[in-house]
Amino acid sequence: MFRISPTPLELPALRAPLADARAGALVTFEGWVRDHNEGQAVQSLAYEAYVPLAEAEGERILAEARAHFGLLGAVAVHRVGHLALGDLAVWVGVTAAHRAAAFEACRYIIDEAKSRLPIWKKEHYASGTTAWINCATRAGPATAKPRG
Amino acid sequence: MNELTIEYFALLREQRGQATERLVTAAATPAALYAELQARHGFTLPGDRVRVAINGAFAAADAPLRSGDLVVFIPPVAGG
Repeated sequence: MFRISPTPLELPALRAPLADARAGALVTFEGWVRDHNEGQAVQSLAYEAYVPLAEAEGERILAEARAHFGLLGAVAVHRVGHLALGDLAVWVGVTAAHRAAAFEACRYIIDEAKSRLPIWKKEHYASGTTAWINCATRAGPATAKPRG
Repeated sequence: MNELTIEYFALLREQRGQATERLVTAAATPAALYAELQARHGFTLPGDRVRVAINGAFAAADAPLRSGDLVVFIPPVAGG
């Protein structure tokens, strides 16, 4: 199950559907909002998604991981909206009979999610500027001037 | 001419100043449409850094556009 969530992620509810007597391993990944990026002090950030395509592509990534690593279960959720430092931005959980497959599959899912999902991140810096990550151009960084 | 609905996200939404628009255009492909919109609105991202989805699925830059299509240009992504 892959979802885009406009509301805070609730861990017990995310884990619940993964319960499986055949599983010997649950590996989870949490992506947190960090206070710095490439030398800039980050105050908060905003995620935006093209939800129908992000959820369809997210389901494809989970299906690939289930097939390739022989998973028993896979769940991933990504936040959208304005997030504060320390907030949970993304959660991935996978179950498998043995830990090796679960570790590899969890890594695969988060790596593919970062590169394939139509989700965008805007960082708000302590300096008052903002930037859409990965959207800078040679003509000039995609960075807005401080307001006021 | 095709009558299209276009949705914008992230940097493109900000540079366009709105999230959606309807447009009648002679552009026959997403690449031609992006070039038209870039010239009109001053988008800073070059066409080769923008992907496209038509009617909710990723599509090629030279895919044919048809009246009624929903076109979404996808700036470089940054999930996670």
